[in-house]
Amino acid sequence: MGEPGLAVIGAGPAGLAATLAAAARGVHVTLIDSAAEAGGQFYRQPAPGLGARRPQALHHQWRTWERLRDGLRTHVRAGRVRHLTDHHVWFVERRGAAGLTVHALIGPEQEEPAEVRADAVLLATGGYEKVLPFPGWTLPGVVTAGGAQAMLKGGLVLPGRTAVVAGTGPLLLTVATGLAAAGATVAALVDSADPTSFLRRSRALAGRPDKVAEGAGYAGLLLRHRVRTLLRHTVVQAHGAERLEAVTIAALDRDGRVRPGTRRRLGCDALAVGHGMLPHTDLADALGCRVDGTDVYVDDEQRTDVPGVWAAGETTGIGGSALSLAEGHIAGRSVAARLAGRVPDRGEWAAAAHAREKLRAFFAAVDSVYAPPAHWAEQVTDETVVCRCEEVSAGAVREAVRELGAGDLRTVKLLTRAGMGWCQGRVCEPGVAGVAGCAQTAGRRPFARPVPLGVLARAGEDRESAGETGETGESEEP
Amino acid sequence: MNPLELARAEPGPAFTVTLDGREIDALPGQTVAAALWTAGVTSWRTTRGEGRPRGIFCGIGVCFDCLVTVNDRPNQRACLVPLRPGDAIRTQEGTGHHG
Amino acid sequence: MSKRLTCDVVVVGAGMVGAACALYAARAGLDVIVVDRGPMAGGTTAAGEGNLLVSDKEPGPELGLALLSGRLWADLAEEVGDAIEYELKGGVVVAAAPDGLEALEKFATGQRAAGVEAVPVDADRLRELEPQVAPGLAGGVLYPQDAQVMPTLAAARLVRASGARLATGAAVTEVLRGAGGAVRGVRTGRGEIHAPHVVNAAGTWGGELAALAGVHLPVLPRRGFVLVTEPLPRLVRHKVYAADYVADVASDSAALQTSPVVEGTAAGPVLIGATRERVGFDRSLSLPALRALAAGATRLFPFLEHVRAMRTYLGFRPYLPDHLPAIGPDPRVPGLFHACGHEGAGIGLSTGTGQLIAQVLAGEAPELDLAPFRPDRFPVSPLASSSSSSSKSSSGSSSDSEEAS
Repeated sequence: MGEPGLAVIGAGPAGLAATLAAAARGVHVTLIDSAAEAGGQFYRQPAPGLGARRPQALHHQWRTWERLRDGLRTHVRAGRVRHLTDHHVWFVERRGAAGLTVHALIGPEQEEPAEVRADAVLLATGGYEKVLPFPGWTLPGVVTAGGAQAMLKGGLVLPGRTAVVAGTGPLLLTVATGLAAAGATVAALVDSADPTSFLRRSRALAGRPDKVAEGAGYAGLLLRHRVRTLLRHTVVQAHGAERLEAVTIAALDRDGRVRPGTRRRLGCDALAVGHGMLPHTDLADALGCRVDGTDVYVDDEQRTDVPGVWAAGETTGIGGSALSLAEGHIAGRSVAARLAGRVPDRGEWAAAAHAREKLRAFFAAVDSVYAPPAHWAEQVTDETVVCRCEEVSAGAVREAVRELGAGDLRTVKLLTRAGMGWCQGRVCEPGVAGVAGCAQTAGRRPFARPVPLGVLARAGEDRESAGETGETGESEEP
Repeated sequence: MNPLELARAEPGPAFTVTLDGREIDALPGQTVAAALWTAGVTSWRTTRGEGRPRGIFCGIGVCFDCLVTVNDRPNQRACLVPLRPGDAIRTQEGTGHHG
Repeated sequence: MSKRLTCDVVVVGAGMVGAACALYAARAGLDVIVVDRGPMAGGTTAAGEGNLLVSDKEPGPELGLALLSGRLWADLAEEVGDAIEYELKGGVVVAAAPDGLEALEKFATGQRAAGVEAVPVDADRLRELEPQVAPGLAGGVLYPQDAQVMPTLAAARLVRASGARLATGAAVTEVLRGAGGAVRGVRTGRGEIHAPHVVNAAGTWGGELAALAGVHLPVLPRRGFVLVTEPLPRLVRHKVYAADYVADVASDSAALQTSPVVEGTAAGPVLIGATRERVGFDRSLSLPALRALAAGATRLFPFLEHVRAMRTYLGFRPYLPDHLPAIGPDPRVPGLFHACGHEGAGIGLSTGTGQLIAQVLAGEAPELDLAPFRPDRFPVSPLASSSSSSSKSSSGSSSDSEEAS
């Protein structure tokens, strides 16, 4: 295959593994990523200007990263891979027999356009953190757990001096130990789940002794940094006038309700909070790919149901870096075979497929343990803002359901504006769905990033016939 | 311990930027948000409905809570934009645009 | 919904037109049930901008309906204006060159004779009205009666105000007929509803409902995209569009047609709409369509060049071959009424439509002549009957249930 070959969107573990696998098989790869350095969120690197001599102090599985990084360098030097940094992809366009065009905005201000043509596209867009609302969650000083980690890894800064890490999920352990190692006082790690029961009963875990060791490692670190861990507890409120000053935490009963008389206040100037992860599915959805619930559907070769479009890593379902690597590896090999007109030999990736199967089972088990408490929405007062962008209150959402008959997320959005702001519902969808008592569905976001109208007005125009856009006619409604 | 020590960072020389005209220090490679956190600033925007303060939330460019005006361009994400010497950061109210 | 319900009128379609039919029928003393196969206002209503326009209509039956509707909207605004975000923002139609302005003023003269307020605006006055508009335009016409509502809120609030019972998620599978062929209700996926009157307010899917009642009504979909920008202060004060617009509403061209139609909203974002394409129920995003919208908008308002589009949405406008809606009783099936096919004007025309339907239901003479809107005005030709299959249901489309009835 000559150019244009494969465009990989996202330079995290999945995108990198796919890039290396495809490039090693002669595919010309364009790796497109929004960051200045490869690595994605998991291997987010300190800005080069900061001169970090020991970035591995902020990371896990550093050897894997070194392998990916060095492999990428080798392929870039050999001209097999083009690595486009600071490229924010807003749309992938299907052009029939002409292949696909990736539309991006360049630079941190995201105002200049760039277009990449490809025969195949791999979506490795990863995920982002889910945060459920609670009173006070919009105060400055309340950040997502992943956000605290990203600011630490990329900017070598802390969200405050005294932090509470709260919510649910395995990420909290990493964040609490990371903040503590970097010098923050972690006043408490508050998890609404109780993963210890999981350790006892999980068959999925039995297949992953490395994960048991990993968990034991974190336990040791928590001990070393004297981090108090409160299981089956939750943050019920964040306090402060103009910024965070304290949080109130409380114990949960067996049904996931706050136990009366257990509330207590912890002083802190940072709260790192998260309730799991969600896949980025915008590009896939706009391409017309099937999305099951919140995950992009893929077959055993990591192909979506749209010809020429593959997906790997957390966009296909949350499962961590090792699963992302396995999926990327398989996707890269599949692309190489398919672009050469061959049916891939699945035996080539048997080990990766085995790992994929085990890890998917493992994370399904993890998911069942780290579920947010069943009745979290009861703690959300009517005054609590649930849509941060449009400042829509829980009371307004409840009114849309009760008074106006809204029974699904889209109707709630249309009646309240929840999800219509800058983030387009990425942040508030789980919270709004929970407060409304309806299913969380992935919202439609045809543009994966806001795009300047001046850029949109010229997107792809060089190759379009003038006759396509007769300038006339209008109406009141589409 | 601090994060710079932990990563054994040896950054290039600090430079000056301004926040609403006040000088603050920034390190090479730092984003607007990282420099503001280092300077002890946690909010730099007020919302267009209730006028409430906001700063970093997701830290990775997804939530748009950290919008800020940099060199007269409104609605930049402080968590993404790296600073250059002399940059003028302005706190932002409402839409960030002038009516 | 219980197994069997009875009422005076079943309105099929919980969009804006169905809501208005329910409101005025209820106010006429009738017991109403509104059914929809999807959620409240989930179809074309949710995919529009919510404009209530007279500016784009030439003298004739549609303009008469628009003027009636405008008066009714103003009355509703007194009752529930804030709750439905009613705004009498006014429209400004601009012309780039003197000959275009001349044509525009001539068009406005005809409208004035029909009762439309239309104020000629010279180049200087235009810049006072819209300070951000592109320099060098010849002038335009101001239409103070043009207004806007938030359509989903309007539909939901009016259904609630009507006191009508609402059954969403209930697809009509059969129109029940009695002796002599008269309707006696509908069967839905959630049970039967018995009523002597059924109102077809199913919008783009109105042809299918008509077919269930055994009659031909060739409603077809026309796709339109709308662009939504980041929130802005009120830099665009009116609904502003180019003069060539009016010529193209009635166009039969199947090709993409766009012109810059730009308006600010109370909520902040500027809306830019809309494209018009006949592509059936194809939901895939069309970059050429969006590019044309963005190009048109930035030509009209150059400052938009650096403003960001946050999202786009699309919908399917129901149109009939002569671009007039079907309103009134169907002489072929006693008890069956139609209130659909309003193309891109359904929000605006909904109140008048509901009022006229209610008047006939109550046995009064409708205040407008319904002859131009007769639902049986389309002969069944072999071609026409096969074309009704193009309004086939949302097969393969709609993962977000933008469908009515």
